[in-house]
Amino acid sequence: MKKFVLSRVLQAIPTLWVIATLTFFMTRFAPGGPFDAEKAIPQEIKVKLESHFGLDRPLFDQYLLYLKNLLRGDLGPSFKYPGWEVSELIATAFPVSLTLGVLSLGIALLIGIPAGIIAALRKNTWLDYLPMSLSMAGICLPTFVLGPLLIYIFSTQLGLFPPLGWYGPADWVLPSFTLGLFYAAYVARLTRAGMLETLQQDYVRTARAKGASPWQVVTKHALRGGLLPVVTYLGPAFAGLISGSFIIESIFFIPGLGKFFVTAAFNRDYTMVLGTVLFYAALIILLNLLVDLLQAWLDPKARQAQ
Amino acid sequence: MRTELTSHKFHPLIAWVGCLCVAWFLQGCSRPSNVETALDENILHFGLGAEPQHLDPHLATSVAAHNILSALLEGLVSEHPETLKPVPGVAHRWEKLEEGKTYLFYLRDNALWSNGDPVTAHDFVYSFRRILNPNLGAQYASMLHPLKNAKLYHEGKKTWEEAKVGAEAIDNYTLKITLEHPIPYFLELLNHYSWFPVHRPTLEKFDAFEKMGTPWTKPGNFVGNGPFQLVEHQINSVIAAGKNKHYWDASSVRLEGIRFYPIESVDTEERAYRAGFLHLTQSVSADRIDYLKEKYPEELYFEPYLGTYFYRFNLKSPPFDDLRVRQAFSLAIDRQRLVEKVLKGGQTPANTFTPPGTGGFYPQPQFLYDPKKARRLLDSYLSEKGLERLPPIELTYNTSEGHKKVAEALHGMWNEALGVEIRLFNMEWKVFLSTISKGEFSLARAGWIGDYVDPHTFLHMWRSGEGLNMTGWANASYDQALKLGETSNSEQERWKNFQICEDLLAKDFPVLPLYFYVHLTLRHPTVRGWYPTLLDHHPYKYVYLQKEEAP
Repeated sequence: MKKFVLSRVLQAIPTLWVIATLTFFMTRFAPGGPFDAEKAIPQEIKVKLESHFGLDRPLFDQYLLYLKNLLRGDLGPSFKYPGWEVSELIATAFPVSLTLGVLSLGIALLIGIPAGIIAALRKNTWLDYLPMSLSMAGICLPTFVLGPLLIYIFSTQLGLFPPLGWYGPADWVLPSFTLGLFYAAYVARLTRAGMLETLQQDYVRTARAKGASPWQVVTKHALRGGLLPVVTYLGPAFAGLISGSFIIESIFFIPGLGKFFVTAAFNRDYTMVLGTVLFYAALIILLNLLVDLLQAWLDPKARQAQ
Repeated sequence: MRTELTSHKFHPLIAWVGCLCVAWFLQGCSRPSNVETALDENILHFGLGAEPQHLDPHLATSVAAHNILSALLEGLVSEHPETLKPVPGVAHRWEKLEEGKTYLFYLRDNALWSNGDPVTAHDFVYSFRRILNPNLGAQYASMLHPLKNAKLYHEGKKTWEEAKVGAEAIDNYTLKITLEHPIPYFLELLNHYSWFPVHRPTLEKFDAFEKMGTPWTKPGNFVGNGPFQLVEHQINSVIAAGKNKHYWDASSVRLEGIRFYPIESVDTEERAYRAGFLHLTQSVSADRIDYLKEKYPEELYFEPYLGTYFYRFNLKSPPFDDLRVRQAFSLAIDRQRLVEKVLKGGQTPANTFTPPGTGGFYPQPQFLYDPKKARRLLDSYLSEKGLERLPPIELTYNTSEGHKKVAEALHGMWNEALGVEIRLFNMEWKVFLSTISKGEFSLARAGWIGDYVDPHTFLHMWRSGEGLNMTGWANASYDQALKLGETSNSEQERWKNFQICEDLLAKDFPVLPLYFYVHLTLRHPTVRGWYPTLLDHHPYKYVYLQKEEAP
């Protein structure tokens, strides 16, 4: 197991390097620059700005310098917010996105897994059709429709939750549900598929023949295998959730990472783009590793393969 | 296959505890809105639009920055809340000498920084020197070029001492300012944040004199001299200012604080307003005007705003290198129809480039609608070139539903009057800016918001070689008239010269003015002391909150 983890960590290094390199050159080759503005900046001022941010050096030198700083954990200052370091901005925004992501995932799992299990156990009955139809609706309904709809019902009409902001637990409810319901729909469908396959397995039949109660059959025997597709999906889904959602953050005015990620690209905030991309990449790598470990724990075949 | 789930006994007590928890949570969630608590707390909740890039007055470049900096800092003069005319600020009086070429400002001795230090004339000289410092790279440094020899220092041709820049502290409380030439709107200019003072010891502490991006503007570090001081700054969340007890006129300041929310989405901002999260919004979506007019007729404001929406022609490439084509394109536009049927937001048709009434200047309307003449002019061009019709014209604009709507409306008008095929090219903002600055366009969208209430803020754009021009148009007569309008002390003379500039624009058609902006906003009835102003400036020390009177 140790060997496996170590090899995955070592594989992550060249992956991150390739991502950093591609992102560095792609951002630089995109038309427009960080200092382009409607009121054109005088050339001499532009030169000063470029010199301040090191953009006056040859591109390859800039790249080497960036990698050198990266090795020291220095992501550089933001071009858009020059008084702030990229790492400082990520450190401020990530806890917000993490909270939103964890809550949304919790909601997705709490709704999606039971709905998927019930649908699988009651295949081809209304208890199957109803949650699966709702989940299809959940997948099709974009968050920019669901979010304002939830705001209208629970904030404007019922006055139960604040419509926007991120100042206290009450503010967390509507955005977490908006994001969570979307993922719950996927989780429900994956759980149903996984459970249907597992319930056909010999070991489940054996358990049933040996007199295990239906509850035991599901919780002790079928669920472990039935959740494997969900677990595989969870890695990238969780990385996506905690690295921020631009749409949810815009609708609910949440100071999360998603907004930095998208606006940095629009602003040609080179360091911020690189910082967020690398952070996101590192998260995906880490979470994929965790998923593999979790799968190994759930599935003996996978453990053997590793 | 059907599998029975065991029905485990579910204790009713658990259900009750669960229900109580949910009820308790929901009870906790329903808290009073910002607007409800604001009357007791005296806090204004302000929709800021975008997050400002800088809170350093010498590096700031945006409307959002102005909205915050005018709370945190005060210049030599301040603004009247209704007319924006200069009223005493840090200077309690001033003298105009040599027909407006020299000013003596007498600073009040009770003007203090938020840490209790006195604000002196030396602070202003230090601040002017800093923004003009070529190493700082301040984008708005040219706003101080009216100071005598400031340009020489700013361009690095001379040191501050060698250049003898026209800003001198006679003593702690007397500041002498000498200009290159008299500028009639000089006092109004002083209310632009580029002229605001900074606290020297703070800047020195953070080594910020010629360095951008130092943390001196963060809460806890920022020392200002305005009616409010910075207390909190969370990027993309909130910028909070509290009352500055050291402000010389603190007793007149009625608000205890202002919270600025950088909500970029107009839809989110409107929802925030409707839920009582904001007292005022930065803007309103054009698509929502009809709904808001019906639901919030008393809270939706259409206020004049000093800005012109226009298109640039590229005079360096055909067919717009020919005057007849440019003129035909202008004459084919029914601006009245554009604002009434397409925009519907209270905008007014732009028949001049400078909005009428800017600083008291009313230019003669010249960009008129005459589709028959437009057709004749185009036919004359086509027959001379031996063409049957114009090749398709590319119209470039930055991605936005509003710009698209205007572009499509004009496409229709040109097609109808001239039979021209227009190809619409929308581009992401930075790509658009890069394309326009390289001159790789035929016809491109633009907009300009005045920095001060004088026609010069609009007309200087079209000076030959000016960075904002970007059309390839140059006209010596225009440059001369602009210069005379800039420097003359007589209003009559100035308006005469500015009218010449307008005439030349309407004669050569390097640009296509379309409409004058309107500031659309939602404002809560409890907000008082807030008046419509052309620059959308609202000195906060006059703003207060008062309970709505019962109907």
